[in-house]
Amino acid sequence: MDFISALEISESVRSRKISAGEVAETCLKRIDDFDSKLAAFLSVERERVRTRAQEIDRLVAQGERELPLAGVPVAVKDNICTRHLRTTCGSKILHNYIPPYNATVVERLERAGAFVIGKTNCDEFGMGSSTENSAYQVTRNPFDLDRVPGGSSGGSAVAVSTAMASLGLGSETGGSVRQPASFCNVMGLKPTYGRISRYGLVAFASSLDCIGTFARSARDMALFLSVISGRDEHDATSAPVPVPDYLSELRDSVRGIRLGIPREFFSGGLDGRIKLAIDQAIRDLAALDCEIVEVSLPHTEYAVADYYIIAPAEASSNLARYDGVRYGYRVPNPRDLSEMYSRSRCEGFGPEVKRRIMIGTYALSSGYYDAYYRRAMQVRTLIKKDYEQVFERVDALVTPVSPTPPFKIGEKTDDPLAMYLSDIFTVTANLAGIPALSIPCAFTADGLPIGLQLHANQFQEATVLRIAEAYARAYPVTAPPFKFL
Amino acid sequence: MKIADLAHLHFDEAEAEAFTRQFQHILDYIEKLREVDTAGIEATSHVSLTKDFEQYIFREDEIKPSLPLEESLANAPDSANGHFSVPRVI
Repeated sequence: MDFISALEISESVRSRKISAGEVAETCLKRIDDFDSKLAAFLSVERERVRTRAQEIDRLVAQGERELPLAGVPVAVKDNICTRHLRTTCGSKILHNYIPPYNATVVERLERAGAFVIGKTNCDEFGMGSSTENSAYQVTRNPFDLDRVPGGSSGGSAVAVSTAMASLGLGSETGGSVRQPASFCNVMGLKPTYGRISRYGLVAFASSLDCIGTFARSARDMALFLSVISGRDEHDATSAPVPVPDYLSELRDSVRGIRLGIPREFFSGGLDGRIKLAIDQAIRDLAALDCEIVEVSLPHTEYAVADYYIIAPAEASSNLARYDGVRYGYRVPNPRDLSEMYSRSRCEGFGPEVKRRIMIGTYALSSGYYDAYYRRAMQVRTLIKKDYEQVFERVDALVTPVSPTPPFKIGEKTDDPLAMYLSDIFTVTANLAGIPALSIPCAFTADGLPIGLQLHANQFQEATVLRIAEAYARAYPVTAPPFKFL
Repeated sequence: MKIADLAHLHFDEAEAEAFTRQFQHILDYIEKLREVDTAGIEATSHVSLTKDFEQYIFREDEIKPSLPLEESLANAPDSANGHFSVPRVI
């Protein structure tokens, strides 16, 4: 388990204590040993990885200095475009799609000396909370193979959790990075909307979508975020807000930070074991001289309903592009053009994707637009205002990530609404566009991870990272050994 | 089924039945939003617009390099003479 930290790898590769080639071989070996049981990766192209590692070693040998992520292996969710490397979105409809370009995040990672170790499994187009909705395989939780790793970015979470990669890229529309991070005992960040360019991220719901990051420490996360954030001319919604050096912002203590505890996140279906763990974490943070303040986000109870109008509505429009013309699956021998569209889409999309396209089409259809989509965007304003008011009084919020620990594979697949409700504590951050970080907090008695969530105001990623670093240093979480080994 | 047509989707009978049930279940839940008083509330479609966004979203209309034709067509299920091919429409 040597060299799992991105910072350590990068330092060692730059000082030539170890080569990028050796890092790559270590990861490939680990993937060989682990992934037949975990099924986190959809594709690992070994020769491509080796060639890229040699290239990095050559750059280092030539004295190239600007490589903050030299030799760092990154697992990339399969809905993020990688030039000439198959990108399926976990969907049959893109089974043979080879992007002709790199996503901006991939471009920036490579420029910083990192390499893509492989493409990871996900719920089809990011639609799901368990990675069970993939057209290809079911990814397993490394702490209990009978349970889900969370989703939709489950593959990247598992890859980072088991050190098959040092860093992971995921994407979020309603919690798809934070929830799997909490299920797999790693850190998962959903940044401010617009912090990271979405160019090359296959669109699901454009007003909510964000690229998110997985790492094993706040320091790695800070470095990762500094490399990939910032304005990109290819994404008009990327924010023209300067990117701080997040790593140097970590040095301060957390003394005097005001932490809000929103009461709406501690009621209803919250599992007792999670409540106990979060309550303990709040006491621990108080012991680090954070000031604890009870607050209220009154519109939280409407967030899931709001999300399940906005996200499917935008998805139904974004996914209209899969028509079997320019790329992706086309049904053989269609009778006419219209049949080519409908049968290609019907055979290419899985049930959850079709369900959401249907909900979205309904919510946007003539006569229903005002009642559903318009109203949902108004409620979104109220949810955002709740946060704005609370952040006048506090620096960050502490909440659970998921109402339950990792659930059993198959447990929620027949009840879409039950699956949707598992997003209850994560969707508000997407609706309000604020950054939110999931960090390891505890384990249940039977060895399942529990995550803690931190929210901050827009573009205040440094605040949540700072709290995460202080908390993880003072109260490190000891994981039980993986049983699948 | 009119919605399915609008979305260019097609369901067989068994699928349609399961779907309708789940669909209704989800719609019932979504109805919750009617409880909220939204009179006079603005709709939010972009959550993190900065004040100076206009200077960033508009740019000069310059010709920049784009994908070569061959690469643009490389993922197409069917193409001919530098175009995408589809079943005959006329």
